[in-house]
Amino acid sequence: MTKEERLKKRYNSEKRFKFYGILSVSLAMIFVLVLIQNIVSKGSSAFSRTTIEVDVIYDANLLEIEGPITKEALNNAEFYDLSVESILKIFPSQNAKEERQVLRLFSPDFEYEVKRVLSKKPNKINDIVPIRLTASDDVDQLNKGNFPRDLPEDRRRVSNFQLNIYDNLVEQDKIGKKFNDYFFTKGDSRDPELAGIGGSLMGSFFTIVICLILSFPIAIMASIYLEEFAPKNKITDFIEININNLAAVPSIVYGLLGLGILLSVMEFPRSTPLVAGITLSLMTLPRIIIPCRASLKAVPPSIREAALSVGASKFQTVFHHVVPLAMPGTLSGTIIGLAQALGETAPLILIGMVAFVVDIPGTPVDPSASLPVQVFLWSEQAERGFVEKTSATIMMLLGFLIVMNFIAVYLRQKFEKKWN
Amino acid sequence: MMNLLLLAIILAFSLSSYFFGRSEARKLITGNIKLNALPAYYGYFLALWCGLPALIIFGGWSLFESTIIKTLILSDFSNIQSRDLFYERTLSFFNGNFSGEITNEIKVASERYAYLNNLAHNSKIALVASAIIASVVFAYKKIKNNNKARDDVEKILKVLLFTSSLVAILTTLGIIASLLFESIKFFSTINIFDFLFGTSWSPQRAFVRDASTISPEEYLELKDAFGSVPLFAGTAFIALIAMCVAVPIGLFAGIYLAEYASTSVRKYSKPIIEILAGIPTVVYGFFAALTVGPFFRSLGESLGLTVSSESALAAGLIMGIMIIPYISSLSDDIINSVPQSLREGSYAIGATKSETIKKVVIPAALPGIIGSILLAVSRAIGETMIVVMAAGLAANLTINPLESTTTITTQIVMILVGDQEFDSPKTQAAFALGLTLFIATLFLNYIALRVVKKYREKYD
Repeated sequence: MTKEERLKKRYNSEKRFKFYGILSVSLAMIFVLVLIQNIVSKGSSAFSRTTIEVDVIYDANLLEIEGPITKEALNNAEFYDLSVESILKIFPSQNAKEERQVLRLFSPDFEYEVKRVLSKKPNKINDIVPIRLTASDDVDQLNKGNFPRDLPEDRRRVSNFQLNIYDNLVEQDKIGKKFNDYFFTKGDSRDPELAGIGGSLMGSFFTIVICLILSFPIAIMASIYLEEFAPKNKITDFIEININNLAAVPSIVYGLLGLGILLSVMEFPRSTPLVAGITLSLMTLPRIIIPCRASLKAVPPSIREAALSVGASKFQTVFHHVVPLAMPGTLSGTIIGLAQALGETAPLILIGMVAFVVDIPGTPVDPSASLPVQVFLWSEQAERGFVEKTSATIMMLLGFLIVMNFIAVYLRQKFEKKWN
Repeated sequence: MMNLLLLAIILAFSLSSYFFGRSEARKLITGNIKLNALPAYYGYFLALWCGLPALIIFGGWSLFESTIIKTLILSDFSNIQSRDLFYERTLSFFNGNFSGEITNEIKVASERYAYLNNLAHNSKIALVASAIIASVVFAYKKIKNNNKARDDVEKILKVLLFTSSLVAILTTLGIIASLLFESIKFFSTINIFDFLFGTSWSPQRAFVRDASTISPEEYLELKDAFGSVPLFAGTAFIALIAMCVAVPIGLFAGIYLAEYASTSVRKYSKPIIEILAGIPTVVYGFFAALTVGPFFRSLGESLGLTVSSESALAAGLIMGIMIIPYISSLSDDIINSVPQSLREGSYAIGATKSETIKKVVIPAALPGIIGSILLAVSRAIGETMIVVMAAGLAANLTINPLESTTTITTQIVMILVGDQEFDSPKTQAAFALGLTLFIATLFLNYIALRVVKKYREKYD
């Protein structure tokens, strides 16, 4: 092998090596893009819901109201018969089986949707009121193009008869799309078209607030102690080792801690944001203490010396000068720690937050779900509608995480002093 | 509700005693008597003394109230089976939403509960009130003597700061206690060696009511339900697949970003890669279970292979992707901290950049890189959601990445999801698994930190 050939070989291997580097970086970035693209393409359709316009005949006789028709009487009236009567008029059906199929085009809540509109309009009695009712999950997915229509009938969730009605309704321009407010306001449900993240949003909110209230003051006080006051001795070393180890303990172990101590020994209420918040705050505490200490350490000694030299006590130095200067760093560390806590699922499953909760929690001691747990719960459901709901929940979750991380970066860049 | 009110009252008292203390201190200034501290410190002093003892009593009482009441009530009914259920029923009867057969015992217990509850509430209020009064009187006397309020306040604060740093130790103790307590009960039923070396895992088969009366035949069967070797093997296998993905990609990405990339490429690509570490693991699990798993399955079908839709490959691959940034960021930092003089020496004798990296930089950074890989391994074995959603549930002892395997974390979740009976070995097994996991990750982290620390000392 000549000298030139050797050199060429070496240069080629240099190029290959660099190419591997570029390949790895681009692969990692492609993974990010694929993941986000996959979630967004699956989830974005969940923000609209399919509606079917029905001309509801406001027939007071079907309401079975005795006495005068007042607003109060309307509020107590049953709208089921009236709704069914009007819905069956959208397509002629031969027998009871077909009637059931017609009704199944709508969400099980159609009665309440009709009631919500009509009970506010007592003056429209005996008129025809067009109402856009929420379609069932099957029609919704059909309309969004997620169900292949050319399968044989027995492998489809929608029968030929229902497809026929659907096509008929499309021709009459009765099928519409509407912003899916249910997704944000309703709690969990077995029917995808009625399921929402309202409950889990509140659950996550309470959890994070409790986590913040517990972990932020304790983390700051602990880091001030360790960074500014702790003597160099065995106890301090032991505390530091503990904090470093706790930061690396798998999150599921904190779930076992919550289950073993908080639920079974201290008898806290199960499945509640209170327990979730306490468990997560124990988990985030070391993860906040580490950046807090780093930002306290970053404040130069000259600040402390200046304060001490004009007669401030150690505490005055720390609380009047060092802590305010370290605040941007501690705050951004806290926000990043909370963002991690917001996305945490495994410990919450162990403390029972996987319960099926329809009601939206009003206090931190009501059973509830949280956003990541909702993702886990819905991803186990078979209905096609839950796939889009899950993806949309992930989009919301990622949105919150992006906002939190953005605030953390902003705080650091805007307010943190550079000392050199 | 009452607790919140009590808390608010304590805080309000504390706040007002701040102002009271400050004004009392100002009154002391007469003639040539000077205060020993700024008046505000007397306020802080009084406020701390007013609030802290009351809050400590309040907190401690609230934590243990329900447990104590439960023990007291159940001690009256020693002959009742399924005591927890009985207590639940009593509580719901007391709250007026009990539907079921109301026995005499429940009525009696409920009356007793009402009595004890009332007693507890009243004595809590009395105790908190007397604590406030006693400590305020004590602190007020000190103020009147013109104490060194600042020093005293700082002493109290220092104790507070120290106490909050003890929370870390308490958490560790809590983890160890909760894991050990249940694990010891488990190991008293199942021999620890049968647990660690048994090769058959099927906890759903284990129905043991009374752990103290197990015949040898029953034990042989029970032993087969709790052999955790398949779980260890599955965990290690999925972690291995993950590392096969994460180590090359993460390492090359880290090297490229540290050595080749221009500042602008570095500035944008590093945060994008780190997004991977910020995405919640449940999202990866969803992606693995609904997109990657089925994709591999259909790919395998078209190649004539039978791929389980919960294959170890899908879970491991996605876990590997999640771990990439842990390796790339850490190795990037470590490579950056290799002194420039080493590189320059290598360039000076004519080595190309890649030769310098391979022969000089990597060997110098190797301990740190190994440390970062160990940390990543400990993340991989402790990772839960990806494997719960994408890996299988059945414990197969297999090395075929296309089959489904299960992991320690998956089994913990599967056992503990839903209702648990704390007396069954099945539930206790989850804690024993948790203990194993805790020890394993602690061990890995300890070695990793040692390796990294040792390396740092070399160049500083």
